[in-house]
Amino acid sequence: MEKKVLTLNVNNQDYELYINPKTLLVEAIRDYINLTGTKRGCDTVSCGACTVMVDGMAVKACSVLAMQCEGMKIVTSEGLEVDGKLAPIQKAFLDEGAFQCGFCTSGMLMSAMAFIKETKGKPTEMQIREGIEGNICRCTGYNSIVRAIDAVVKGKYAEGKK
Amino acid sequence: MNRYTVINPHSKFTVINTHVHNVDGIAKVTGRATYTFDVVLPGMLYGKILRSPHPHAKIKGIDYSKAMALPGVKAVATGNDTIGAKQGIWRRYKDLCDEQLLTIDKVRYIGEPVAAVAAVTEEIAEKALELIDVDYEVLPATYEPLDAIKKDAPEIHEGFERNINVTRHIEWGDVDEGFAEADYIREDWFRCGGQAHMCMETRAAVSSYTPDGKLTIYHSNQSPYYMQGLMAGVMGMREGDIRVISPYVGGGFGGKFELDGAIFATAVLSKKCMKPVKIVFTREEDFIASKRRTPMFYYTRTGVKKDGTFLCREAKVFTNGGAYTGMGATALYLTGFFHSFPYVWQKGYRYDGYRVYTNTLPSTSMRGFGAPQAMWCSEQQIEWIAADLKLDPIEMRRKNSHYEGYEVPGQATIASCGINQCYDEIRKWIDSKGKLPKGHAIGLSACGFMSGGIFNWFDTPYSFSSAVITINQDGTVELNVGAQDIGQGSNTTMAIICAETLGCKLEDVKVHSSDTDYNPADLGAWGSRQTLMSGNAVKRAAEDAKKQLLEFAYAHSGLNIIYDLDIKDRWVHSVSRPERGWPYEEIVRKALRGKGGQRIMGRGFYTPYRKGMISPAYSYMLQGVEVEVDEETGKIKLCDSMTAHDCGQPINHLGLIGQLEGAFSMAAGYGYLEYMPYEDGKLMNPNLVDYKMIRAPEMPPANIAEIDTYEPEGPYGAKEAGEGLTNPTAAAIGNALFKLFGIQIKECPIRPEMVVNALKEKKAKTGK
Repeated sequence: MEKKVLTLNVNNQDYELYINPKTLLVEAIRDYINLTGTKRGCDTVSCGACTVMVDGMAVKACSVLAMQCEGMKIVTSEGLEVDGKLAPIQKAFLDEGAFQCGFCTSGMLMSAMAFIKETKGKPTEMQIREGIEGNICRCTGYNSIVRAIDAVVKGKYAEGKK
Repeated sequence: MNRYTVINPHSKFTVINTHVHNVDGIAKVTGRATYTFDVVLPGMLYGKILRSPHPHAKIKGIDYSKAMALPGVKAVATGNDTIGAKQGIWRRYKDLCDEQLLTIDKVRYIGEPVAAVAAVTEEIAEKALELIDVDYEVLPATYEPLDAIKKDAPEIHEGFERNINVTRHIEWGDVDEGFAEADYIREDWFRCGGQAHMCMETRAAVSSYTPDGKLTIYHSNQSPYYMQGLMAGVMGMREGDIRVISPYVGGGFGGKFELDGAIFATAVLSKKCMKPVKIVFTREEDFIASKRRTPMFYYTRTGVKKDGTFLCREAKVFTNGGAYTGMGATALYLTGFFHSFPYVWQKGYRYDGYRVYTNTLPSTSMRGFGAPQAMWCSEQQIEWIAADLKLDPIEMRRKNSHYEGYEVPGQATIASCGINQCYDEIRKWIDSKGKLPKGHAIGLSACGFMSGGIFNWFDTPYSFSSAVITINQDGTVELNVGAQDIGQGSNTTMAIICAETLGCKLEDVKVHSSDTDYNPADLGAWGSRQTLMSGNAVKRAAEDAKKQLLEFAYAHSGLNIIYDLDIKDRWVHSVSRPERGWPYEEIVRKALRGKGGQRIMGRGFYTPYRKGMISPAYSYMLQGVEVEVDEETGKIKLCDSMTAHDCGQPINHLGLIGQLEGAFSMAAGYGYLEYMPYEDGKLMNPNLVDYKMIRAPEMPPANIAEIDTYEPEGPYGAKEAGEGLTNPTAAAIGNALFKLFGIQIKECPIRPEMVVNALKEKKAKTGK
């Protein structure tokens, strides 16, 4: 298939790529832009390790083509911190120990971010759990992750608090 | 959401058991952590493995000329490119070294590596696999241990009569006398399923063989030292010419401390074409061609007095070993030992285990190491015995439990044991819940686990754990350990022990692990050994360095020798008058000058001696799980849980909670979700759509009451916390079903249809 030129905006940076149009978004991010924080854990869109945010929504980057994301704002785990300052959800993951091996963490953080963005008011615990249902974590048993998200939505890390 | 309490905490520490972040945390929450999966070397090629479609076949010939002719293909390797060494992690015993990772003449399971290709892209490598012609002569196959053990079953390995791979006998006391004296005897057959380790990072390796005859390997594993030693054996090289680097590792759970197809095939390919080669297993390959928890058939017979005193038990176990030995031999031993846990058998205990070869995926160690199977059978049978004798199941367990100072005859000495308080805590939790909603019940299960193995089938001449500490002029510390962090947080635990012992701050300690060139040998992360064994090595190394510092401090202080000095929180001081002292970094600089500039280095090692046959120390726990069952569909839901747990002195506070919660989720999956059905040797659900696991909505609260005991053999009194909690849950779920409906399910994982059928059967028998 003929290669195409594509401009992808990842973490507020434009990247010009020359790629096969069948390239998946996750391949573009990992193999062409070399942002390896985003992982892959399956071939069946089941594990969520490759989750990124596309225009504010959590998207499994193995389920869309890079070409489909042209002109959209893509955020990966590397794009969460600003000028060396961690995002609230990253601080909460540290405080709660919401990761162990870390392989699912990037995807989990992006699902958590999208959930927090979409949620109006105080979510129930089950809503938080459903918000990360698409992400498998083999290490933690999820409860520490739920605690971390809960702390963020309750405003524990709001500006001026911690 | 979750309650975590510590029962009777003792001594106060500066760093130990405080709320500190994981030392690898920043790397992991910012996407900076790089795994073997992420490694790219200059000029690197991509490899793929051709796998056997047959469960049992002779290889008559392999023609890969067409594959080699494909543009972009740089090398193809088969067993003929290897030295043909049969390997196994029990390398002290030649009989148990039975696996060629690229087979030469025969395949024994579906998915076994037959050839491997290195090409400039993964796509080309994959295409090349289709161009390799393998001439197979298909042989009759056998899949279940109780079939494979029959006289007329196909022979899987030459010279192993009835396909029996290993046997194990454990016995103490007089079991037969026990049965003669018993008021009540119960016998049951159980079946325990396999389970996939399902590490988020699949097996992955990058090997680079260079013209100087050296081999550098990046590999996702639990023990870089084991990999170095085993690779030396299969490559015909010296250990010291092989460097294994295991950067961040995406999970292990017992599945990553043997050689795998990725590490071996990349090394052989790299040696052939002198370029770095990378192989990453697909999720399907990881399911069908890594390894799995050992499936077992359990017969257990127990004799008791009518007051509930446990007299004796005998067990016979047949495990589905799959095609090769690996760590399965250890699982066969440990399941037999832990089937006796955590109880005293007044008259005796006898176990006979048979590990049987079959034409299926080899089985091995997985978190819990044979004990989850042992407890699934034991803890259900004990619950049924209590019901048969109309005794309180908690009190019956309590009166028979291990206690501090108990000696398991010829096997182990129990130096610390908090099980008695575990019963109190669970009783309190049950009482606090009051009357449960209709359709709910709480099931209980007790167990114990080891803190590292004493055995040395690997035949290492090194101490089991070692650590080296170097203090820099500004007081920062280089801590070099062989202990491997696979996500469980051992880097953090080692840093905590180092900082506490030396008296510096946690942020002063830089942990260097995961590289055989720069760190001392250590057996690695398995059998819950690192906190105790590597922790002891780190503690001793820090004490060694600290002693050198304090000698200078003493000379400097001019104090009367009746005063002793200590360091805490970067303050070198007189213990009786802590305000009298000097900054730690000042003493470091002075000590350096006094030593002619030589850096202060501390060395520590640990090998267990005089601790019996199994382990230096044992954790104890009792778990209660509240279960809800839909009678129509048989679907199980976990609603709540409480674990009372004794791991000695907790060291890494967040790490401990994470281990207990994580082990519980894996154990729950083993109990009712994670099913590996095989048909004619083929796994029917090798993907994450059909292999069901606990996801966030299924996970109940995991409340913990940590019983703070003191283990004399552990660093600061610590023992294991990483694996033990994988053991009780399946039986706790089963016991909840028994409480709800009186049904006895004897196979795990418990599937909905099994519950529905058991309820139907019960209705047919009793009319309700």
